[in-house]
Amino acid sequence: MYRYDEFDAKFVSERTAQFRDQANRRLSGALTEDEFRPLRLMNGLYLQLHAYMLRVAIPYGTLSGKQMRKLGDIADKWDKGYGHFTTRQNIQYNWIKLEDTADILQALADVEMHAIQTSGNCIRNVTTDHWAGAAADELADPRPIGELIRQWSSLHPEFSYLPRKFKIAITGAPHDRAAVKVHDIGLRLHKNAAGQHGWEVMVGGGQGRTPMIAVTVREHLPENELIAYLEAIMRVYNLYGRRDNKYKARIKILVHEIGAEKFRAEVEAEYAKHPAQQTQVEEAELARITKYFAVPAFERLSRFAPHYEDARRADLEFAGWARNNLAAHARDGYTIVNISLKPEGGIPGDATGDQMRVMADLAERFSFDELRVSHAQNIVLPHVKLEDAYTIWKELKTHDLAAANYGLAGDIIACPGLDYCALATARSIPVSQAISRKFGDLAKQEDYGPLKINISGCINACGHHHVGHIGILGLDKKGEEYYQITLGGSSSENASIGTILGPGFAAHEVPDAIETILNTYVKLRDRGEDFLSAYRRVGPKPFKEALYATA
Amino acid sequence: MSAEEKGQVMTANRLGDGIAVFLQRNGSWSEKIDDAVLALEPEATAALEARALADVKANVVTGQYFFAATRINGKIRATDNRERIRTLGPTVRLDLGKQAEGTAGAFLLDEV
Repeated sequence: MYRYDEFDAKFVSERTAQFRDQANRRLSGALTEDEFRPLRLMNGLYLQLHAYMLRVAIPYGTLSGKQMRKLGDIADKWDKGYGHFTTRQNIQYNWIKLEDTADILQALADVEMHAIQTSGNCIRNVTTDHWAGAAADELADPRPIGELIRQWSSLHPEFSYLPRKFKIAITGAPHDRAAVKVHDIGLRLHKNAAGQHGWEVMVGGGQGRTPMIAVTVREHLPENELIAYLEAIMRVYNLYGRRDNKYKARIKILVHEIGAEKFRAEVEAEYAKHPAQQTQVEEAELARITKYFAVPAFERLSRFAPHYEDARRADLEFAGWARNNLAAHARDGYTIVNISLKPEGGIPGDATGDQMRVMADLAERFSFDELRVSHAQNIVLPHVKLEDAYTIWKELKTHDLAAANYGLAGDIIACPGLDYCALATARSIPVSQAISRKFGDLAKQEDYGPLKINISGCINACGHHHVGHIGILGLDKKGEEYYQITLGGSSSENASIGTILGPGFAAHEVPDAIETILNTYVKLRDRGEDFLSAYRRVGPKPFKEALYATA
Repeated sequence: MSAEEKGQVMTANRLGDGIAVFLQRNGSWSEKIDDAVLALEPEATAALEARALADVKANVVTGQYFFAATRINGKIRATDNRERIRTLGPTVRLDLGKQAEGTAGAFLLDEV
């Protein structure tokens, strides 16, 4: 895991001291709110529906046990005993006091964490595959590049005042678990015919009120050219991105308005201005960073783990969890443990301070002291011996962390919605709770198979509803919450934006509507065909007919 | 028969902790919506606005604005969901916010 160097530690420490001074000046009246707002936002502090909200970055979703434990301690000491893991691998605290914020930032700095650039028109937290460094299908661990981009983009003087916020996602695997095609820049590692690794660079994806899939501007960029190429993209965006209308200011609008070819030509022209030797610093730094992401000291284990197999046979509840929540690891005898933060009827992404400490302990004992946060609001123990899985599951079960619904209907992504968010127009959490209760039965969920249900409480799409296989968008209609349903979205390598099915539904009607959609799928699916594949084969018509049929 | 009056409530966030507060007739801020003064006429809203702006300038509160509300039998109910949730706390965590602290006022989210 990456360790802060002297520069990182110094700049985070200096920023914390700066913010303490700024907060004190705000509290004393030396700064007005208009003067203070951009300063607090640069440190991730929002004013939300009930109180201040602090968003903390978890770069490329990687945490140590010590860091996770600190997040739990912050939840207990300065918030109301819980935190909310978000769709961008951040954690948010909902009940923060301005008076306490500098102390919280110092507590974060003590474990090499911060909240810098989790808001504002800058390059936000860099996200990646939550199975990075562990997945069986991975070409290479994308986190060293993620760390290089974090360092390059943190307090970058040229890119701190962009036309709008800017989000970068990276994956080192062919199966995209990082939703790279719906980010401002998406990077995916490929191997060419000569066996060389290179990065596919995709630009202009995003969700919100104008959802778009990114276009590829380079098929195979050598790794040592990556930062220089990203700079060229950022310069073109910084120059041409609209600043007159915030709704048209994202890079996706620029790419769309001038066209992919013209955009690509502008980037290449900008890139051509810079001599190749400028990449030497980045290459040396990447080599230094990569050492921190060295492969853990795995044991040579057999693929067959007798204790694990015995436990699966003896304990059917464990078997169900193992079936859904464990994933293939690159090493024999190891597995990836996906901890679902979606208990039946629970709030997606919420974890208590105690739960965070339990997960920290498990990581230290069983997973080389590593945890990951996924963009689907779950937690991952990336490197676990199969033989330890049963022990871990029993511990998780004791702390309400053993939901066996990973990747199924109960594993719903939901933004905070109108229960917490000042921008939301409808609640999203209660709808997700009702759906998870409706499909609480694991056998039913498993029969429906792999499924992504995503809910957003407004058009800004923090719940990524556009790319849910089933997407739900909460809106306000004359003072009443109602919910529009989309089908066929995907955030994976086959990314697509969902299609609106028809008129929306009242909150209490949504779970039945979802059941109707899923029952329709069950009737029309081919053998072994998952929901998304079936939808893509038959289109929206049978689902519309089932949903809107009148007697 | 209930007596109903429609008007505007001035709200803001307390500067130090960000908690939603409501302007009272005596010029101070309460966490409880039922303590709020309901402005029924333009003169009243202008006076409340002036008072709120003075407190914004004095760094007592921030982010002041009016929202529509109804007084029913002396108790105040926000008109839209957003403000009702703000006066209660999250509808998904009844153990949190004003509803848990006894400052939520008389009306629950789904009450008339």
